[in-house]
Amino acid sequence: MFEEAPRNSGAIPPPRASQGPRIGAGARSLLIAATSTVVFFAAVALVVGNSPGWEDFRRSFFDWAIFSASAEDILPKFWVNVRLFLIAEALILVLGLVLAVMRSLPGPVLFPVRLLATIYVDLFRAVPGILVIFMLGLGVPALRLPGVPNDPFFWGVVVLTLLYSAYVSEVYRAGIESVHPSQAAAARSLGMSQAQALRYVVLPQAVRRVIPPLLNDFIGLQKDTVLVSFIGVVDIFRQSQIEQYASFNFTPYLVTALVFLALTIPLARFTDWMVARERNRRGSSVARRGSRRGRIFGIRA
Amino acid sequence: MTAPTPLVVERLWKSFGDLRVLSGIDLVVEEHEVVCLIGASGSGKSTLLRCINLLEPIDSGRILVDGQEITAHGVDVDRVRRRIGIVFQSFNLFPHMSVIDNVTLAPRKVVGRDRRAADEQAMGLLQRFGLADKAHDFPDRLSGGQQQRVAIVRALAMQPELLLLDEVTSALDPELIAEVLNVIRELASEGMTMIIATHEMGFARDIASRVLFLDEGRILEEGPPDLIFRQPKEARTQEFLQRIIEAGRL
Repeated sequence: MFEEAPRNSGAIPPPRASQGPRIGAGARSLLIAATSTVVFFAAVALVVGNSPGWEDFRRSFFDWAIFSASAEDILPKFWVNVRLFLIAEALILVLGLVLAVMRSLPGPVLFPVRLLATIYVDLFRAVPGILVIFMLGLGVPALRLPGVPNDPFFWGVVVLTLLYSAYVSEVYRAGIESVHPSQAAAARSLGMSQAQALRYVVLPQAVRRVIPPLLNDFIGLQKDTVLVSFIGVVDIFRQSQIEQYASFNFTPYLVTALVFLALTIPLARFTDWMVARERNRRGSSVARRGSRRGRIFGIRA
Repeated sequence: MTAPTPLVVERLWKSFGDLRVLSGIDLVVEEHEVVCLIGASGSGKSTLLRCINLLEPIDSGRILVDGQEITAHGVDVDRVRRRIGIVFQSFNLFPHMSVIDNVTLAPRKVVGRDRRAADEQAMGLLQRFGLADKAHDFPDRLSGGQQQRVAIVRALAMQPELLLLDEVTSALDPELIAEVLNVIRELASEGMTMIIATHEMGFARDIASRVLFLDEGRILEEGPPDLIFRQPKEARTQEFLQRIIEAGRL
């Protein structure tokens, strides 16, 4: 991924001459990118806009009157999704870490612990989320067990936590395994117990490395909060469905789509930025200087 | 009444799968002794040190520290390791912590010292070895020699009775070796009991009270440095030293 950056030892100047002045090159690539983008999207607009069904399509997906009317009812319902993922995220971070540590425990005595955690992860990664939502969200309340809540929001949180903890535990585990065993050995050699070595030496390094992939999973989680609409929670998706039935028009879904775009795109860019920062930190000092200006959408800014 | 012997190793055998690494090692280290292990790569030097620190389980034999058998069943290995420090070839500092936190982590978490006392002790040690100005830097800002000195300080902070040094200069650029060797010299002059696996023959000759030549997992020859380096008896020792001399390292 990195190009071998020449170490500036004083004797050999870095090869710069062939690249020309830096600012000129940057402006040029920016211009090329802008032009090709405009041309591309203009071509797409031309083709789609001239398609035979365009007018029907526009009426059922882009009706401004319906858009503004339904947005009023839809937007407040997004708060349900926000609450869902905020609560679920907190629980997932904890449960995922517990599962990852369970799977990383050494020794034959602890085999059942590893086995249980492995079965859990395999199970919840394999079964489609929609099925889990139905089975737990509708199935468990149907048992009418005393003391078991039948609030669909509660079961929404439970199911999202169960599903995503499986994914997130694998992310954590990859992080734990990426910390070289010599780190744990150094900790143990100082008299620290297995648990102390994990707590103070291995996990802090592991978690730092997996923050970008964790954020990536959370982008997925935010979208999957709409799953709860299938067990009776009136969230943003259910509300747009209600609006669609009332207006015989798909525009309300556009409202929902835009809300999720507005939420996940900043998070996605933030994740990119974190990845770039992590890469810079580990790169050589020369590589660090080269890319500190940052890249937006892959273009040197 | 005599003080118990710091370290006794009896008939120690160790294999990794089919590969036999240590074949019946017998070794006694007295207090204030500096024992240097020399021998080719793969002769078992590192494995012997890792076994003494219980980082590797042994196949058979016994290891006694201060007369207590540490390889017996039910021994609290964490307690044993507190008394035996080890420094590795690759430093193994904790990269997510500053130098001072690297040094104080074990005293705080293992011994239960409070932060102020631990910091004070650590600063004292860092100062002694010329690292006080690096206390709040992170390891990746330090040169290899500085990192290795921090690693030694980190081991010393646990006040070990026995210090194991596993080829601590092998990963260093030549110009950084001296600063690390000087630290070890100072420790030796203070009477620290040490076992040092090393390829620095000149250093071993200067500092060792006894030199052990390891060959294929056995102690083939041992004695005071003058004897081993000037008049080795065994053919394998002579061959090994000849190669070292030809490489210009002795």
